[in-house]
Amino acid sequence: MNATAKQPISMNISALPGATTREMLADQPMRMTISKLNFWYGPKQTLFDVTLGFAANHITAMIGPSGCGKSTLLRTLNRMYEAVSNARLEGEIQLDGQSILTQDVTQLRRRVGMVFQRPNPFPKSIFDNVAYGPRINGHNQPLAEVVESSLRRAALWEEVKDQLHKSAYELSGGQQQRLCIARALAVEPEVLLLDEPCSALDPISTAKIEELLVQLKELCTIVTVTHNMQQAARVSDFTAFLLTGVMVEYNPTPQLFTTPSDPRTEAYITGRFG
Amino acid sequence: MATTSTTVPGAGPRASSRSFLSRLRDGDEIARLLTFLFAATVVLITATLVYQLWVDSVLPRHKFGWKFLVTEVWDPVFDQFGALPFIFGTVVTSAVALLIAVPLGIGAAIFLAELAPRRVSDALTFFIDLLAAVPSVIYGLLGVFILVPLMREVIQPFLRATLGFLPIFSGPGYGVSFLTAGIVLAVMVIPFIISVSREVLMSVPRDVREAALALGATRWESTWKVVVPFARPGIFGSIFLALARALGETMAVTMVIGNTPKIAASLFAPGYSIAAVIANEFTEATGDLYLQSLVELGLVLFLLTFILNGLARLLILLTERRGSGAYA
Repeated sequence: MNATAKQPISMNISALPGATTREMLADQPMRMTISKLNFWYGPKQTLFDVTLGFAANHITAMIGPSGCGKSTLLRTLNRMYEAVSNARLEGEIQLDGQSILTQDVTQLRRRVGMVFQRPNPFPKSIFDNVAYGPRINGHNQPLAEVVESSLRRAALWEEVKDQLHKSAYELSGGQQQRLCIARALAVEPEVLLLDEPCSALDPISTAKIEELLVQLKELCTIVTVTHNMQQAARVSDFTAFLLTGVMVEYNPTPQLFTTPSDPRTEAYITGRFG
Repeated sequence: MATTSTTVPGAGPRASSRSFLSRLRDGDEIARLLTFLFAATVVLITATLVYQLWVDSVLPRHKFGWKFLVTEVWDPVFDQFGALPFIFGTVVTSAVALLIAVPLGIGAAIFLAELAPRRVSDALTFFIDLLAAVPSVIYGLLGVFILVPLMREVIQPFLRATLGFLPIFSGPGYGVSFLTAGIVLAVMVIPFIISVSREVLMSVPRDVREAALALGATRWESTWKVVVPFARPGIFGSIFLALARALGETMAVTMVIGNTPKIAASLFAPGYSIAAVIANEFTEATGDLYLQSLVELGLVLFLLTFILNGLARLLILLTERRGSGAYA
């Protein structure tokens, strides 16, 4: 990591200079904030002084070349990095103004749901997949209602309503990924994290999921990681560009893609590296 | 050659460097036929085995018929032979072994795969794999010198004092018994269960574990409700292996079971198993009927293994919850 790259480009969002689009970002109430985040896997530091916030009921996309730390950053938001034994984190992450680092982790993950890169349904029926979260977390609604409303929100209900007791593995890849979204939605998270949710899917399934994400803004705050810039441009409201563990630029999506403020962002979105 | 014949472009046998076999026409057909023959050998050996056992047990089959299976008497002096005490002993010792080994083995596998630090897990697994390779006569010796006295002086009196109201834990105990044989068998099959189950648990994709954790599951909830069900077919596979080994185990069992062809309600009583009686009496079997009765016992053991495996699989099919069978 050389000195120029290490320089923290990320900044206090309200301190950004005054273009109207930037004010748009500054005015948003933040659901989650990350400040001064440094992260190590063993001796290797993978995130450097990252600071950013995720606007409530908006979609924030994190883009960057492979290995830039965007997935790691995403996995700090629900403390999924703790599954790796030698991971270490310094800095602060807050959800609704409270530090997530000192909370009970299972409680945190109930509030911050996650969808993974490859569809990963459980080896259970469609119904039991969606019902898993409500079952382990306790719930006050009848399970069947929770399952139906979650599947409807994930735009999967019409396709599976007659086969809820079939194995989830009998669904297509795109359907499985929407099932995973329904499974995450069933515990009514405030924030939904998506780790390259479409990278294993065909274009039609991808389009369906993108459409779905835009609808889900109503329900929760969405943070998605993608290496597909067109996808970030299509669905997100704000975009953060990461490079070798440093947040280079964080701006409203139209601005980042049309008038990037950092030459490295421009180089990336015009395809000069990554 | 192809490299030297540059003067005649295109005429050189360019493919001459490829092997003769891979260029054979119908090479795929030949490969198919060969591998089919190898696979067919397995069926052939099994069939030969059954056929030979069947042919060589003609005398007792004609003399006793189906009654061979349900007769309790085994009396070479009066030429009376019945398989029931041996079937009983084989089934009971294997059942005791699985009752002990399955929970212990799966519990240990879960610890090694999910909870133990990787280095500890690998080190322990090395020893477990060693245990699986120990010859059964060694287990038999351990049984005779350690377990039998221990059973006689500590375990059997203790069980009699605490659970003696159950018929299976009542009556006198001499150390050698169904229970002793079952315990030795359990010790022998636990390494199989641990080793295979651990491997299967570790091959469960990280994605699936993380999906459960991401929903707010605790580590244990994700292990017990997602990882273990995911690995279930493989875990059952390890139990089948264990069952097969327990049913057929000869040496270790014959050293600790007491070699008494009797059926008893108490696990403290001495008994006999099919494999043990064949090994013990084959060399001293006088008379064709005696010898062929032992062969017929072999046939019975073969069928018993077949039937119990089938029943176990059926049980799994029946208990398998809907929606979980896609990966089986």
